Amino acid sequence: MHFHKYEKIWLSFGIVSLIVFLSVVGVSAFSQNHTPSGGMDTIDPEKVNETAPFDNPGVTQLDEDTYQVAIVALAFGYNAPDLRVPAGKEIIFKVTSTDVVHSFTIDNTKVNMMVVPGRITTKSYTFEEPGKYLILCNEYCGTGHHMMSTEIEVY
Amino acid sequence: MIAQPERKIALWHLGVAYTAFLIGTLMGVLQVFIRNDALQLPAWLDYYQILTAHGVLLALIYTTFFIFAFFITGMSKSLGSFGPKVRLFSWIGLWVTLLGTVMATVMIIAGEASVLYTFYAPLKANGFYYVGLALVIVGTWISSFALVGHYMVWRRNNKGQLSPLFAFMTITTIVLWIIACLGVVATVLFQYIPWAFGWTDTINVELSRSLFWYFGHPLVYFWLLPAYIAWYTIVPKLLGVKVFSDSLARLAFVLFILFSIPVGFHHQLTEPGISNFWKFLQVVLTFMVIVPSLMTAFSMFATFEISGRKKGGTGLFGWFKKLPWRDVRFTSIFIAMAFFIPGGAGGIINASFQLNEVVHNTLWIVGHFHITVGTPVAMTFMGLTFWLIPYLTGRRFTKRMQRLGFVQIITWSIGMLLMSTAQHVLGLMGAPRRTAYSGYNDHPQAMEWFEGIISNHVTMAIGGTILFLSAMILMYIVIMTMFVSPKAETPEQMVEFPLAESDMSNTPKWLENWWIWIGIAAALIVIAYAIPLTEMIQHAPPGSKGFITW
Repeated sequence: MHFHKYEKIWLSFGIVSLIVFLSVVGVSAFSQNHTPSGGMDTIDPEKVNETAPFDNPGVTQLDEDTYQVAIVALAFGYNAPDLRVPAGKEIIFKVTSTDVVHSFTIDNTKVNMMVVPGRITTKSYTFEEPGKYLILCNEYCGTGHHMMSTEIEVY
Repeated sequence: MIAQPERKIALWHLGVAYTAFLIGTLMGVLQVFIRNDALQLPAWLDYYQILTAHGVLLALIYTTFFIFAFFITGMSKSLGSFGPKVRLFSWIGLWVTLLGTVMATVMIIAGEASVLYTFYAPLKANGFYYVGLALVIVGTWISSFALVGHYMVWRRNNKGQLSPLFAFMTITTIVLWIIACLGVVATVLFQYIPWAFGWTDTINVELSRSLFWYFGHPLVYFWLLPAYIAWYTIVPKLLGVKVFSDSLARLAFVLFILFSIPVGFHHQLTEPGISNFWKFLQVVLTFMVIVPSLMTAFSMFATFEISGRKKGGTGLFGWFKKLPWRDVRFTSIFIAMAFFIPGGAGGIINASFQLNEVVHNTLWIVGHFHITVGTPVAMTFMGLTFWLIPYLTGRRFTKRMQRLGFVQIITWSIGMLLMSTAQHVLGLMGAPRRTAYSGYNDHPQAMEWFEGIISNHVTMAIGGTILFLSAMILMYIVIMTMFVSPKAETPEQMVEFPLAESDMSNTPKWLENWWIWIGIAAALIVIAYAIPLTEMIQHAPPGSKGFITW
């Protein structure tokens, strides 16, 4: 098989950039913990309201610098009373669904979590700027999908 | 000209393809007007029905029927006329696929299946929607095996020879398609259908999503590879040159078999149930597909330059001006390729692990596939349609039709540029995809999305309207060349199937040893999927009941 000289240069350039690129993504992911939301925890989708932490949804302070926010997504809204969290502290979001697949997406942040029934999605995030943020569902969940939203206040 | 029976089969495929195209694009233009509140739907019809129909009819039905029309014509042209069995099974494949299409479409119109073409559980559609989709797949398998049979007969009669490039690439696409479908067939047959008909109570949601995406990503390569076949084998003929390198073209194609399947997790990067290790491994495998893509880009530009210089183009870029810009068959495909440059770059962004969080399920993604499948693939198919239909009907592709062809591809480009740019920008700002209206009770943050020069409802609506006009011009050309245009009388009026010569003298034989490629593909699939899927089954949470939320 014959590779033209220019094609060799072109492909080597491509493959080297590929390696550099993947290394940046990989190092950032595994040594600096920049991973997308996820988690391996499971839950009975019919017993969400009896299972901790979703039996008491909302904000809980875990320690000085860490808060946990438990949210139940359902068609077409979020069971998450009083969403107020401080800026500059680590916020751990835990979300699950009692019915279909939803998302928990906070506009203008990197919080963009798929919510799958039977699973608990986790994401840690630190808000920089105080203000009111729009939360919305960006996974189609039925007729009221485009109404599914709420708000979080960062102080 | 190919034999009459094959022409008839191919024309029927094109007829179904363009019927789906007509309805699908109409559904598209309705959406942009519903979204900006200019249009109120009657009570019996809702936005998500229209969205489902738009996705299914364009992304699944138009593409599939067009692809088989192209394959049937090309295989008959390059390997010779079909035998009676190949013809019979091609017809059966057509009817089964069509039956499935009609079944699924009826369910969508009846409001029994507003689950979109991704049909994520536990949204539960009418069982016959899933049966319809399964029949579509089974039908394409029957058509695929007919073509594989035709190819095997040729191989038997031409022992030790490499098959023509078109046939090789067709078989590559079919191999990819059959391996890819295993995932969706498994989930539909063993999970969705028993659950939708009430034979089982619950469904393992995460498993169904993963099996869907095992299929969902190679599905886009099933659309793209036929376009690549045109780029590799048709374009050089239009330019008056040979295929740049037969062996590299074949190598690029087999690499697509290897690296388009074990990568589905990159559609599931922000969801639970898959550990970061497996997500990242599939991200790495996803990126490997860049290698054959770069090889294709190189081949294309090399072909352009060789042709331009042969026609007297000099200097660094002089050859560019010598390309046959007045030939709509070429210009359409060139524009299609140009759109694929930002399209491919966007794909790299989407698959970049943590970067995916910024764009996942936003309008950016919608913009992305309108400049991948919606233009590079669709406009290549349009460029093929211009000559494929008159070639099959024996009619002329008149000067008037050629001019209309230019109007069609230029309007499509402008419309798509406006609409997809608006979608990309809106998505970056956070506007979600698949929403009937995204004002969120006039929330200030949501209002901000639509205040840009490009990112507003008007740009998207103008783009969508131009696209629809363009689609109607194409429908006119299709109907004219299919039924009305004058018959070609003289050899000059005959429309040809422009198939380029490919020099196979330096092509190694192992490239056509399918067992090597199927074997490596299977090994990669096992590596990427065996452990995470086993975990999903063994550590499954209690399953989900079905929900009808529309």
